[in-house]
Amino acid sequence: MGQRIQSLRAGALDVAPILLGVVPFGLIYGVAATEAGLGSLSAFLMSSIVFAGAAQLVIVDLLAQNAAWPVILVTALVINLRMAMYGASLAPHFAHWSPWWKRVGAYLVTDQAFAVSIIRYEKPMAELPKRWYYFGAAVALWLVWQCSTMTGIALGATIPASWELDFAVPLTFMALLVPSIKDRNSMLAALGAGVAAALTSTMIFKLGIITSALIGVLVGYFAEGSER
Amino acid sequence: MIASQSTGVWLLLGAVGVGTYLIRYSFIGILGRAEVSERVQRLLRYVPPAALAALVVPGLLFRGDNPGLTIHNYRLLAGLLAATVAWKTRSILATIATGMSALWLLQWLF
Repeated sequence: MGQRIQSLRAGALDVAPILLGVVPFGLIYGVAATEAGLGSLSAFLMSSIVFAGAAQLVIVDLLAQNAAWPVILVTALVINLRMAMYGASLAPHFAHWSPWWKRVGAYLVTDQAFAVSIIRYEKPMAELPKRWYYFGAAVALWLVWQCSTMTGIALGATIPASWELDFAVPLTFMALLVPSIKDRNSMLAALGAGVAAALTSTMIFKLGIITSALIGVLVGYFAEGSER
Repeated sequence: MIASQSTGVWLLLGAVGVGTYLIRYSFIGILGRAEVSERVQRLLRYVPPAALAALVVPGLLFRGDNPGLTIHNYRLLAGLLAATVAWKTRSILATIATGMSALWLLQWLF
């Protein structure tokens, strides 16, 4: 028992510094959702149904621009595709868990829980602490996300439009974009997608974002291929 | 606002929720320890920079009454400054604070 609590705590403590960056993100989501006219209940429950910050912001952003719903769905899912990659890296470490642990563990996959766990798993670790460490980080993040989005929703109605807080949405994406550019090829992927997005912004149904993202992925992929 | 058509919003949220869960669960639950093809892994690696850039650019250039790619686009100027801060500090909080302050300052000055 002591070992479980210890691992749970270690996970939560390791993710704590990252949580400081999650709080403003959650606040901005809550404010943006309220300003987009999304009801408080749906805005709040989205944090547990979808539980993915960037996708939640995209949904709110596209709803505010009256985008077509199939486009919102596909765009949000493409934003979340990266979590398949996290799952692929975590899968060998989760391989011995029972089905229910895997189901709940999968629901809790986030950029942050993935990042701290995969770094910790590089050092040798027994099966049980591995699991509790992951849940310590993942559940801490879930709780902070729920609390900060709830606060943002409550604040949303009180913030005047003249503050232009909707600008915080692209700024948040910028803060996530910069660390995702790790080398020449990811830089080319970002540039390709950025240029495409500038050119396709008038595309109907807001299809420009998804089109540009796919163009960027292909640019990165073929840039990498051309190096070999 | 279309968001008030609440049944549609719930359907949308449900669909994104199910889809997102399946993405998360895919490799952990279904494929288990099966190897992910190298090509798929390489493609997935470029999703974050590409998707995020596709979101940032229109947000700086074309939202609301923004004039696009000119020096009079305050959101673009504030965004470029924020990008520098993001690159130097890697801090979400510092990036947002810089961008918002720069926007407010530019609007107050001009």
